[in-house]
Amino acid sequence: MVKGTVSFDIETCKGCELCIEACPQESLQLSPQINTQGYHYAVLVQDNCTGCINCALVCPDAVITVYRETKKKGKVPVATISNVSEDITVTIDERK
Amino acid sequence: MEAQSKQPDLNGLECVYEAPGTLTDTPLHYCPGCGHGVVHRVLMEAIQELNIQESTIGVAPVGCSVFAYHYMDIDMQEAAHGRASAVATAIKRILPDRYVFSYQGDGDLAAIGTAETIHTANRGENILVVFINNAIYGMTGGQMAPTTLLGMETTTSPGGRTIETAGYPLKITDLVATLPGVYYVSRNSVHSAGAVRHLKKAILKSFQFQKEKKGTCFIEVVSNCPSGWKMTPLEANKWMEEHMFPLYPPGEIKAPK
Amino acid sequence: MTVSDVRLMKGNEALAEAAIRAGCQAYFGYPITPQSEILEYLADEGRTRGMIVLQAESEVASINMVYGAAGAGARVMTSSSSPGISLMQEGISYIASAELPCLIVNVNRGGPGLGTIQPSQGDYFQSVKGGGHGDYRLIVLAPSSVQEMADFVFDAFDLADRYRNPVLILADGALGQMMEKVHFREYDPKDHTPTKPWATTGKPKTRERNIITSLHIQPEKMEQINLHLQEKYRAVNAREVRSESFQTEDAEFLIVAYGLAARIAQGAMEHLRSEGVRAGLLRPITLYPYPTETIARLAEQVRGVLVVEMNAGQMVEDVRLAVEGRVPVKFYGRMGGIIPSPDEVVCAVQEMVKEDLAHHAEAY
Repeated sequence: MVKGTVSFDIETCKGCELCIEACPQESLQLSPQINTQGYHYAVLVQDNCTGCINCALVCPDAVITVYRETKKKGKVPVATISNVSEDITVTIDERK
Repeated sequence: MEAQSKQPDLNGLECVYEAPGTLTDTPLHYCPGCGHGVVHRVLMEAIQELNIQESTIGVAPVGCSVFAYHYMDIDMQEAAHGRASAVATAIKRILPDRYVFSYQGDGDLAAIGTAETIHTANRGENILVVFINNAIYGMTGGQMAPTTLLGMETTTSPGGRTIETAGYPLKITDLVATLPGVYYVSRNSVHSAGAVRHLKKAILKSFQFQKEKKGTCFIEVVSNCPSGWKMTPLEANKWMEEHMFPLYPPGEIKAPK
Repeated sequence: MTVSDVRLMKGNEALAEAAIRAGCQAYFGYPITPQSEILEYLADEGRTRGMIVLQAESEVASINMVYGAAGAGARVMTSSSSPGISLMQEGISYIASAELPCLIVNVNRGGPGLGTIQPSQGDYFQSVKGGGHGDYRLIVLAPSSVQEMADFVFDAFDLADRYRNPVLILADGALGQMMEKVHFREYDPKDHTPTKPWATTGKPKTRERNIITSLHIQPEKMEQINLHLQEKYRAVNAREVRSESFQTEDAEFLIVAYGLAARIAQGAMEHLRSEGVRAGLLRPITLYPYPTETIARLAEQVRGVLVVEMNAGQMVEDVRLAVEGRVPVKFYGRMGGIIPSPDEVVCAVQEMVKEDLAHHAEAY
């Protein structure tokens, strides 16, 4: 699964919960803390974010920045069977 | 107490979305969950992506978004109530190679500004009209709008809008779409990620059509008013899907083949 | 265009021709009698010579188009007549508050209400005291001939740019329709085009965004804006007052009139002189700023003032303010689109002379 994460400008977040609704991973919740405006701001509560940007798309206050892992360039995992025996080991060789 | 922002662990991660630089740093004054904020952002994203910040001029209305010019980092004019499309007409006539848009609510565009709206569209002015329809007057405290639904409670339709007193909800977008000078009409919303993506496409198309001098582009955004409707943002969006979409269904109403 | 020539033209058309020569880039207007010729002339001749001319859906739309075009840096104008000017008042207030230059022409017709298409001066209050809301003033020029219908257009655009303020030419239906000789001055618009760094033309990276607005929610900011506007109007009062005097040097009785009424009063004055009455005429050319000081000085000299207007008595109040009770100020006017004759004015002055003699006889 693609790995991602989000950061919030929590001072600007108004706790509208639209991002929470939009997140397909159900990874967002309102913090029990409040910001200086008095709003409970949104926080990431799980580490299964995929960086899909749905939350950022629905945010009315543009408080969300989204990150996603880059494709590793040219590193294609290749599996080889090194031994044909009782103990079969599979080596994953990351070729350049 | 001061809230500390937790810095994410960015090991191997790249930024795939951030707020557009064409929005100013000023925090929006809109109510939590209000659709205005999303539309502002998407409009500014489009302007940034098309690289037209230096040649775009916007016209702000009277309504909740009267201060749109605090948030959009482009040259802007504040129009009198209802007159944004007339102001935009003149700007475009004077500066035909710039991108010009008006941004208006349901009172501005479909009540006091009806004549200007119809005639700007009838002349086929090469501008984009962005119409935010939340069926209520937010800024002035929640009065009825021309687009308010039958039976919908507002401060000037206590007990719900009735035909006898106030007539029917005005489907202004459908009226405008019948005019030959109008090239592209889309009805969108911003309540889901998919809807936001559709809106962005519609805006990008509209600026392209403006460059090609095709005529008026008109985008209605069916939106919410959590404060006026007296609901939470999530409740408001659900209510909108359930009650507004049947009368104002999202989709392309008029588009080139 | 710099070639000057002399033509016989209708007032409305002379004004429109002058606008083209003054480099007016755009005209937005709506038909209304007695000034539709301005729109028509520009729709034909103006468009041919490069002007953007748009017949808008109403006067309301027109004035807001003027706002948009002025805000985008264009030299722009509109025209209408009394009821249409009423419709424009909100837009005018916005234009003045946003400090946008433009020309508005009112070819005054009889009112109030839908009224008549005949000439009147019933819009003096509306023009000079503000017809729109708030503490703003228009610079108001009052032509009294077809020549001035043309001349004042050049002046108006220059004044509008100099002060970043809307300027109003207050004409009337007769001036708009009558035909007289007109000579267009040599005027190259390129020499009269200030740079407008404040205009919304699309913000380059080299500057902050320009915002044209009249909304200032914080009262402290709104007060600052108003103080700035007032300072501007003080400068206008100090520098731009214009009037014309006819035989006032030795006058015993002063007539004050503007526009068409001044031409009628001039005829009356000449007749009175031939009868041995030392009458003089002061014709205000700028109705704002008003020639208050000139009238005050004359009030020291004369024994009575007669104000002649084509209304129920509007400018007479400004004359009374200037005279400050030194001498009697009388009023003669016709309303409803009726133009007074010189004879009527002569009678009114003779009335004033008689009263003055009687008053002085009593004193002994």
